[in-house]
Amino acid sequence: MKKIIMKTILAAGIAALAIPASAKTELQWWHAMGGRLGEVVDEIAKNYNASQSEYEIIPTYKGGYEDTMTAGIAAFRAKQQPHVLQIFDAGAATIINAPGAAIPVADLMKEHGKGFDSNDYIEGVRGFYADSAGKMIGMPFNSSTPLLYYNKDAFAAAGIANPPATWEEFEAMAPKLKAAGYTALAQSHSPWILSENFHSRHNIQLSTGNNGYDSTDVKILYNNDHMKMHWGKMKEWLDAGHYGFFGRAWGDNQDAFVQKKVAMWMGSSGSFGGLKKSTDFEFGTTFLPYWKSIIDEPKSTFIGGAALFAMSGKSDAEYKGVADFFAYMTNNENQVFWHKETGYVPITTAAYNMAKAEGYYDESPDAEIGILQLSQPGGEWTKGYRLGYYVQIREVMYKKYDDIFSGKSSVEKAFSEMETESNALLERFAATYK
Amino acid sequence: MKRVQFEHSTIPYLFIAPQIAIIAIFFIWPAGQAIHQSFLLEDAFGLSSQFVWFRNYVDTIGDAAWLQAAWFTTIFSALVTFLSLGIALLLAVKANEVIRGASTYKTTLMWAYAIAPPVAGLMGNLMFHPLIGDLYKFFNAIGWDFNHKLDSFDAGFVVVLIAVWKQVSVNFIFFLSGLQGISKAVNEAALMDCKSPTRRFWTITFPLLAPTTFFLMVINITYAFFETFGIIDTTTGGAPGGSTNTLVYKVFQDGFRGADLGGSSAQSVVLMIIVLALTIIQFRFIERKVHY
Repeated sequence: MKKIIMKTILAAGIAALAIPASAKTELQWWHAMGGRLGEVVDEIAKNYNASQSEYEIIPTYKGGYEDTMTAGIAAFRAKQQPHVLQIFDAGAATIINAPGAAIPVADLMKEHGKGFDSNDYIEGVRGFYADSAGKMIGMPFNSSTPLLYYNKDAFAAAGIANPPATWEEFEAMAPKLKAAGYTALAQSHSPWILSENFHSRHNIQLSTGNNGYDSTDVKILYNNDHMKMHWGKMKEWLDAGHYGFFGRAWGDNQDAFVQKKVAMWMGSSGSFGGLKKSTDFEFGTTFLPYWKSIIDEPKSTFIGGAALFAMSGKSDAEYKGVADFFAYMTNNENQVFWHKETGYVPITTAAYNMAKAEGYYDESPDAEIGILQLSQPGGEWTKGYRLGYYVQIREVMYKKYDDIFSGKSSVEKAFSEMETESNALLERFAATYK
Repeated sequence: MKRVQFEHSTIPYLFIAPQIAIIAIFFIWPAGQAIHQSFLLEDAFGLSSQFVWFRNYVDTIGDAAWLQAAWFTTIFSALVTFLSLGIALLLAVKANEVIRGASTYKTTLMWAYAIAPPVAGLMGNLMFHPLIGDLYKFFNAIGWDFNHKLDSFDAGFVVVLIAVWKQVSVNFIFFLSGLQGISKAVNEAALMDCKSPTRRFWTITFPLLAPTTFFLMVINITYAFFETFGIIDTTTGGAPGGSTNTLVYKVFQDGFRGADLGGSSAQSVVLMIIVLALTIIQFRFIERKVHY
């Protein structure tokens, strides 16, 4: 009797061992794409799994960007990390400066025979997740860039033909919009739109050490005259009723645009699809305004959003699968699919050309504005930034902008405090990530 | 002569073992980890680490944002504790006197107890929404230039209001049962000696409620320190200008959002010490005045 039981257990054990050997290699992918975006992610994964028989990619939604990063970090520390982790722009320094946390995507692709040339990627995408030598560490995934949306009805009511190209033009038209019953402007992300991309648009250095790409031992340069001028204007506009502040939450400011309280709203190129559904008026998109007084020809903005990182500590066979999946995901068909479904920009020139050839931009010209802005001429300071504890630095920025708006601090004081507090954080980061 | 000694038995230890295990796993071990981590500067992924003595503590105490959060936490906790205890006591005393429809009143007052802090926060968020919030519109209509997105007083008002509203019902339940525990004979005897209901309350009822009040005070301060996290997170998120940031929310922001493990560990150890000190003070100085 005992023997029979033993045999049964043995047989069951062998059977259990045999099953995974014949099954597909599972690849975990943790992402932060909720709602409709999550559905598109699932669809891409499903299509990939159906397209081949060796690997199975398993996408898991882990909450917002910060939640996903924290979940990935906790899992890494417990040696349970996923194969692929989505990390957002502000978290890039945390993962890239932790030596050995992620496998550079350029190496991964080359090693597994997928080929990789960063020149395939469009200008504003290429540099952000790369190291100082230009080697791409993360695979850009959902990439967007800030744009200006404007309510065409409001502009018609105020008798204005075109949206503002420059802030000077904006200043001139704001009173007209006010007379027509609209607050001229709201926006949804002060650090991203009116600080980081403000520097890129005007080609201004953002931090020492090559915007942080060369070293972690850097100082922030936000406390500059251009920023102070702009935020002084912002406060003036707020007091004059030309700028509407509906709190820090992204959605509250976007809602103000949807509900026709404000005539213009600065948000993400990825907001396009959502706005199309929620608005009952005709709106257009255009490039982010710039100050003529600072720069004659504006430069490109850089991407926001997130990238996919191949986490270290996995087997070669698994990495082969990750490389295969990355190659699949960045092929033209999938890029165009992702672009159309979500409003995020295609990340390769080839995919962009394909969407153009299909006539996609003829039917919805607004969908092209983001890529056009990203493809504007770059400058020395347009590739982005790589700053540590940047999540906390953004927190500091939000606070100081609140203080300017509420009148608690002068512009001068707010930026000086921002500089001190940000540099203290950068110094902590540099001491931690040498 | 035989020494009197109780026989040692392992059974009592077995009985307390689950409790000890829970405390060890869910408190002592993580607290130890936090203390250990608070002396380190370590990258988020745990790949490199260095021992830095008290640097994280020095950075914490020297951080203007932390001091601001400490100050707000103090005011906020005092207000929430005082108001939610005061209002609950008043309601309990009044509800205790009601004869007709008493259970309706009581049930209505207890209702909010079932609501989790983040849900209370979300509800408050809707009511104070600048575009659709009824309370936002109401306050502005009565001439208060109310804007909690920019005015730190108004923002503080919002979080205190929601935190108090949420906590009143818990306190109400305890106060009511405390009141019902006071024997009728005592009340009747007091009634013969003193006509004034106010005086009767303060000299007889309130002292008899003291054990309940003390217990609730400890609970409420802990609530204001820790559990209001969900309310802060879903309403102001610490805005404007960090004026409604609490210490525990800052631990979360720096550790769970910002991946600064050493810094946020040091903050949580400091928070632990503060709450420990507060609890000791309460038991040493206030509990002495409580008669059970």
